[in-house]
Amino acid sequence: MAPTVDLEARFLAYVAAENKVEPKHWMPDAYRKTLVRQISQHAHSEVVGMLPEANWITRAPSLRAKLILLAKVQDEGGHGLYLYSAAETLGTSRDQMIDDLLAGKAKYSSIFNYPTLTWADMGAVGWLVDGAAIQNQVMLCRTSYGPYSRAMVRICKEESFHQRQGYEIMMHLARGTQEQKAMAQDALNRWWWPSLMMFGPSDDQSPNSAQSMAWRIKRKSNDDLRQEFIDKTVPQAEFIGLSIPDPDLKWNEERGHYDFGAIDWSEFFAVVAGNGPCNTERLEARRKAHAEGAWVREAASAYAAKQSARRPAAGLPAKPHAA
Amino acid sequence: MKWDTCDPSVQYLLHLGDDALVLGHRLSEWCGHGPILEEDIALSNLALDLVGLARQYYQLAAQRISGGCTEDHLAYWRSDREFLNHVLVEQPNGDFADTMARQFFFDAFHVLQLDALQHSSDAELAAIARKALKEATYHAQHSADWVVRLGDGTEESHRRMSAALARHLPFVEELFTAAAVDRVAFERGWGPDVASLRASWLELVGEVVAKAALSLPVVAPKLLRGKQGIHSESLGFLLAEMQSLPRAYPDATW
Amino acid sequence: MSTPDQWPLWEVFVRSKNGLSHKHSGSLHAPDAEMALKNARDVYTRRSEGTSIWVVPSSAIVASAPDEKEVLFAPSDDKVYRHPTFYEIPDEVGHM
Ligand SMILES: [Fe+2]
Ligand SMILES: [Fe+2]
Repeated sequence: MAPTVDLEARFLAYVAAENKVEPKHWMPDAYRKTLVRQISQHAHSEVVGMLPEANWITRAPSLRAKLILLAKVQDEGGHGLYLYSAAETLGTSRDQMIDDLLAGKAKYSSIFNYPTLTWADMGAVGWLVDGAAIQNQVMLCRTSYGPYSRAMVRICKEESFHQRQGYEIMMHLARGTQEQKAMAQDALNRWWWPSLMMFGPSDDQSPNSAQSMAWRIKRKSNDDLRQEFIDKTVPQAEFIGLSIPDPDLKWNEERGHYDFGAIDWSEFFAVVAGNGPCNTERLEARRKAHAEGAWVREAASAYAAKQSARRPAAGLPAKPHAA
Repeated sequence: MKWDTCDPSVQYLLHLGDDALVLGHRLSEWCGHGPILEEDIALSNLALDLVGLARQYYQLAAQRISGGCTEDHLAYWRSDREFLNHVLVEQPNGDFADTMARQFFFDAFHVLQLDALQHSSDAELAAIARKALKEATYHAQHSADWVVRLGDGTEESHRRMSAALARHLPFVEELFTAAAVDRVAFERGWGPDVASLRASWLELVGEVVAKAALSLPVVAPKLLRGKQGIHSESLGFLLAEMQSLPRAYPDATW
Repeated sequence: MSTPDQWPLWEVFVRSKNGLSHKHSGSLHAPDAEMALKNARDVYTRRSEGTSIWVVPSSAIVASAPDEKEVLFAPSDDKVYRHPTFYEIPDEVGHM
């Protein structure tokens, strides 16, 4: 028998050579645990993330906008579903993960604990929040765990329209009446900093980052992803005449990147700790949906059980039939 | 903009579009709150189909009204007294059984209605109906599947499903009671004699209800005049919410 | 809080075009085969027409599980062309 140390070393070499790990492969316990935590958090984020945008589906200002927003929020539900499935391949049931979420034990992206106050927030969320998420998700398409990577590939394909629809909303507002333009700027002001926080604290402050990089779960540092996002987004804001709410933001010729102001991490940690503006409402909404859906899920299970009891023994067709 | 144009085909299109929009809007309220992720997604698909269908009817109506009228004028600038949908479709979501009862009753009607509209003498309307019939057939299967599972599931689901059927059944008679808008449509060959759809509806619905170990109670139909713009109190709130933005910013385009 | 018996898991295989074989798309939970098929259509094809879908209870899938760790951890090192990093893709092309 090979000693564990040897196995772990070989596992590292295996993922370092860009090989994918599949559900039945041997993997270090810590790798499995990290993945379950990360993928389920990601899944929870998709599902909780439906709420702030669903908040505006019934008030979308045109039928076209209503359809687009509904399809977008529905996509996020699909993403949650793909991700729960990916996590389930690691041996944790979706029910278990949902119980952890509803018990407040599992985390989800803090960005969804901010309120969506105006229609412009639908623009800002699609443009900035999906934009930041995509930055992360494109990287995760190459993550070492096969089912996670495949889920991300599918998700990234669907994400392509999310950011565009958000930017389109912002563009319309920015080119609209004075009031609309003010609405757009206000949304950008409120969502800019929380979006930058989505990438998480600097890597030297993120204890698990180095390990995740070594395992090839994560491929880029939080700071690199954040910088890429800023570099990409600033010109998009300029293009529609909106200003980024950061007096320290300026192009640094030497670095070839934008310099930006200090992020207020105390706000980030307050929201993570549960004290964001909407933490309570978001969890309450999920708990309510889950609790009120219980009898529906039970009914369908009961019906299925009755049906299979009524059917003749499995494997024996009810009647001989021609192919 | 005036909606009560002399073109009665516009009134008919508005009636059809309003049913689709109002029911689609109600279903969209479920988004993010469904009983399980898979069903959340399915409910959104129903809503997407129906709002999409409403747009087609409104676009055709807007074209016929002309003068720069758009689908959004029709959806966002008419009052509840100008909406011509059946009162059934505006009923609040209630619990999942209520939503499915409302859906099941409407879907069975919708399939029959679209089946007839395929042969409408109004070629543009017929084209819309042909495409929508496929979707409505899928909706009808979906709601029937749930009626059966809830009816023949647990004691609780059986109780809830029969209560939901009983709650929504009194709204059904309006579907088969011709109002002026239906009578004109029938005379011109645009749409069916709605009363003639009743027997097939009962057959479709009865079959599923029996399979669900449920029964349709005998109820007195409500006096309803949705197709004349007289609605339940809930529609006013639905529209107030739906129309709030364009009305708050009348000069804006989105 | 949780349902005592979670809906079973199903694997979804979709044939997106005539002539192609069914390909694994993902999985979902459903109470029975009929609902699994309909959910699969809603979730994985967004109901595009003309596709064929298989759903299989995940529990019915028998997967190979070689217990020889040696075999799994010996990637075909001699076949470097199978490694994505073997290929130079210009940055402008983006992620592939
Ligand atoms: Fe997503
Ligand atoms: Fe998204």
